[in-house]
Amino acid sequence: MPLEFDQDPKIQAYAHPERLVTTEWLAAHLDDPGLVVAESDEDVLLYDTGHIPGAVKIDWHADLNDPLTRDYVDADAFAALMSAKGITPETTIVFYGDQNNWWAAYALWVTSLFGHADVRLLDGGRKKWMDEGRPMTTDVPSPASADYPVTARDDSVIRAYREQVLAHIGNGKLVDVRSPGEYSGELLHMADYPQEGALRGGHIPTAANVPWRRAADEDDGTFLPVDALRAIYQDEVGLQSGDDVIAYCRIGERSSHTWFVLTHLLGFDNVRNYDGSWVEWGNAVRVPIEK
Amino acid sequence: MRDALHEIVEEFADTPKELRLPLLLDFANALPPLPDRLEDDRDAMEPVEECQAPLFLAVDVTTDEVRLFFDAPPEAPTSRGFASVLHQGLDGGTPEEVLATPNDFYMSMGLDELVTPLRMRGMAGMLARVKRRVAEEMASGG
Repeated sequence: MPLEFDQDPKIQAYAHPERLVTTEWLAAHLDDPGLVVAESDEDVLLYDTGHIPGAVKIDWHADLNDPLTRDYVDADAFAALMSAKGITPETTIVFYGDQNNWWAAYALWVTSLFGHADVRLLDGGRKKWMDEGRPMTTDVPSPASADYPVTARDDSVIRAYREQVLAHIGNGKLVDVRSPGEYSGELLHMADYPQEGALRGGHIPTAANVPWRRAADEDDGTFLPVDALRAIYQDEVGLQSGDDVIAYCRIGERSSHTWFVLTHLLGFDNVRNYDGSWVEWGNAVRVPIEK
Repeated sequence: MRDALHEIVEEFADTPKELRLPLLLDFANALPPLPDRLEDDRDAMEPVEECQAPLFLAVDVTTDEVRLFFDAPPEAPTSRGFASVLHQGLDGGTPEEVLATPNDFYMSMGLDELVTPLRMRGMAGMLARVKRRVAEEMASGG
């Protein structure tokens, strides 16, 4: 049985309110059996400086990416990871992290590739929890190992590959969620980040530019209310809920956040994340680029 | 490589993999606060763009000693850890010792399995900026 859903009115207004919880909800359910809270951060050490009591750490680099091939872990490694974190297929996983849940959304998306049923984000993430003065600890939990079955990864529904993106140009909607400077080709990475990783700058032809951060409140990092999200993605950009949409960024992390917004908050049912993103596209030979 | 830095590299390399991040966190926690004169004058510090989180450094060079100052926020513990490794390894060294530091010294610390390549380059960026400052000061008569 999944844990009860958050009845907060803002959350209930989203298309899939079962995918998001408030800090109040989490504080009230922290000790519930069947719940695992997982922190995923950009900074690999941040969890170790303090985290929500009982939360486990899932590192996007060391835990979710294959150490050899540029791909996600395989079914065996994912099952081993979930088992080690005390997670079963029935577990409610609440992800949270730094940077407006940027990496938490990425971990949630990867977990969704393996079909884990009940995955949720903590609205506002780590910063909101801390700003509210809620408890943090450096105690690392030692969950009893669970027995997570080996479940095949399904890359066909929410993940897109380069060939599919190429065929998508002119036939479906593309959303480039990077910063305007990256989209225009002026920068190869976010401002203040190392300018490397791609040989060419610009964007995939026909892609609309909607920086991922626009979906979050500037002050507390929570997702904008559903009306404000509709105003951006539907009214301003012209996306419709039935559209075939592919989102991309630099390596697929920021676009996981937008995938979450379109899929779970606005209820689009055909959104894929192109995790190859600009690091693949901007280095690929003979793919079309616009500036 | 300066002995103090060499010892840190060896300490990481000899530490079991699962204890290397806690060790880096110890370094992060040991990064000393800025002296007041820099705390009050952030413009005198140089931003390190190769780091994924805001990190600033300042370098004081005399003919026989290099002093290093780093600043990074608590929510960027990895950047703080890298800065602290450089601080403990190179602060107080001679300009010649600092300039002789291999650019890829951190490659043998065994952090590459734990920290992304992009982030590891933050360490390279800090060292490159420190060395450039030292070289400039030496060229201008220090």
